[in-house]
Amino acid sequence: MLSIRNLHASVAGKPILRGINLEVKKGEVHAIMGPNGSGKSTLANVLAGRESYEVTQGEVFYRNSNLFALSTEERACEGIFLAFQYPVEIPGVSNIYLLKAAVNARRKHQGMSEMSAVDFLKMVREKIKLVEMKEEFLHRAVNEGFSGGEKKRNEILQMAVIEPTLAVLDETDSGLDIDALKIVANGVNSLRNEDRAFIVITHYQRLLDYIVPDFVHVLAEGKVVKSGGKELALELEKQGYKWIEKEPAAELRV
Amino acid sequence: MSAAVDRYLALQKELVLPGRGLSWIDALRNEGAHHFKDVGFPTMRDEDWRHTNVRPIQKREFTLGNSAQDELDNDSLSKSALTGLDAYRVVFVDGRYCKALSSLDGLPGGVTVESLAAAVAADTDEVRETLGSIAPKHRSGFIALNTAFVDDGLYLHVDDDCVVDKPIELVFFSTDTAEQLIQPRNLFIFGNRSSVQIIEHYVCGQGSVYFTNAVSELLVQDSAVLQHTKLQEEGDKAFHVGGVFMHLQAGAQVVSNNIALGSLIGRTDLQVALKAEGASCDLNGVYFANGRQHIDNFTQVDHEKPACKSNEYYKGVLNDRARAVFRGRVVVHQDAQHTDAQQQNKNLLLSADAEVDTKPQLEIYADDVKCSHGATVGQLDEAAIFYLRSRAINEATARSLLTYAFAADLISRFSIPAIRSRVESVLSSKLFGGSQMEQLV
Repeated sequence: MLSIRNLHASVAGKPILRGINLEVKKGEVHAIMGPNGSGKSTLANVLAGRESYEVTQGEVFYRNSNLFALSTEERACEGIFLAFQYPVEIPGVSNIYLLKAAVNARRKHQGMSEMSAVDFLKMVREKIKLVEMKEEFLHRAVNEGFSGGEKKRNEILQMAVIEPTLAVLDETDSGLDIDALKIVANGVNSLRNEDRAFIVITHYQRLLDYIVPDFVHVLAEGKVVKSGGKELALELEKQGYKWIEKEPAAELRV
Repeated sequence: MSAAVDRYLALQKELVLPGRGLSWIDALRNEGAHHFKDVGFPTMRDEDWRHTNVRPIQKREFTLGNSAQDELDNDSLSKSALTGLDAYRVVFVDGRYCKALSSLDGLPGGVTVESLAAAVAADTDEVRETLGSIAPKHRSGFIALNTAFVDDGLYLHVDDDCVVDKPIELVFFSTDTAEQLIQPRNLFIFGNRSSVQIIEHYVCGQGSVYFTNAVSELLVQDSAVLQHTKLQEEGDKAFHVGGVFMHLQAGAQVVSNNIALGSLIGRTDLQVALKAEGASCDLNGVYFANGRQHIDNFTQVDHEKPACKSNEYYKGVLNDRARAVFRGRVVVHQDAQHTDAQQQNKNLLLSADAEVDTKPQLEIYADDVKCSHGATVGQLDEAAIFYLRSRAINEATARSLLTYAFAADLISRFSIPAIRSRVESVLSSKLFGGSQMEQLV
């Protein structure tokens, strides 16, 4: 589904990603871990198409086509979803409006007609239970005045409503207490299926107790330095990132 | 004194204006003429006009003294009508009251609507005492110019306790007669405990070069409730200078909606004096400008007596090379203890060439007051645009949506649905080229 080959990217002229290789197949959950500044969030933003992140080298193929030929909104229409590390507050735009616009933009892209208001509301009411949010949140401005945990749950609600093909979760666990973490993980797990892939970016192993990954990759200085199964996360938890940084960069083919 | 001033003063002597020969109206006009002769047109050296250059108005030779037009092709008038507005309608064509086009059927008996020309000629105590007493005589040459030519406009009197069921819309329609100066003069008296909604709506036909210089004086008596909406939709080559001056008496409550959408150069002076205890006003203002439009709002609230409230909230969206000026002056006089005065001005610039000058100004001479003010100038939040795009919303829609969202809280303050939808559709057509917004709202 996603094939990242020798990806280099810079932010404000500073190289951050220095040759990432990663293959993600449908149905898989990949965890990406690594110390601060290793390039985890840069990778997420490059995949979503943020313009301030400049790709300097390498290729990314998504469902066999060149990802970089697509605008941010086209990537979203094609099923890529980024759950933001810092979800943006948008005063004056209601949550329900955003959800509806997002769903209908994708449907339009797929040549489908807009969803009826009744069907849409029914679907959203179903999904909001998943993240244990109150319905009043639907009518509030997007993320405005939400607590940190509410913002993250709102990201998962959007993901559940949009039903992406590839979801990238950028430190969705950061700043969450254990209850909120369980809710978020539960939301993700309920969306796991054989056609959908996830890239879960996290600083801590804790999230992976609840979202059990198929593969774990460790990023350091803009490269994947180690890859393995879910047990790699436990190893990291015990030994810390220092242990990994000593290892030579690994070439990875999954 | 400039040649332009001389020219207007010579014209003033020639015209036979209504009520000529009545000493009080002659004196009022002469006073205006003298003051205009003294001060002339404002210049940018004048602090109150520092950011607005009126030379384009001054250098044109506008004509005055248009004759009454009872006939008007109804199409051009209906084109400018507010869709879905259920209102009494008073129509002025090139500044002249036009009874044939007005519709006042069912107006409550306690409401008097007539042309100011007739009201002046009728020489009643009320008109004699009120006309010219609310508009500050020395505020600017434009008020003096209007006063020198007091001619026609609306005279409205609402009896005590009279509640008017529907808004009264005053349509000031400019035909395509080029280079004319239209100077409506309006006098409103709202009796004790009356309740009225007024819409002052400035519109035009095809949009030639003309100049509207309007003055409205409003006396809002004890515990009266007034909603006054000024909707300025002059043609894109037109000049508009308009003064709205209000005196609020004890317990009077006013909501002012000041909406500037049209004109090449547009300036509104809105001045509210809270003359007695417990008076309150909410001043809502919105301006959208594109191209080379220049929109200036000069507002002043005078808290003269204790326990009055004012809450001012103005928002503007500017695109292209448009320019806007906001001045919000709040004066809390020495007597005015327990004043509550709030003021906010927020601006959104959609282009690097757009410019806004905003100046909130508080002058407080009392010591037990609650006052605040603030102003912001910003651009669309790029992080928010990326967020929306990452949710499959295309960039143009994301920008429209965020712009609409910026203005939405202000637009929602307009309680008349037809006004809201007009403002929304102008926002969409002026700033986003049409249909896109309609899907959003």
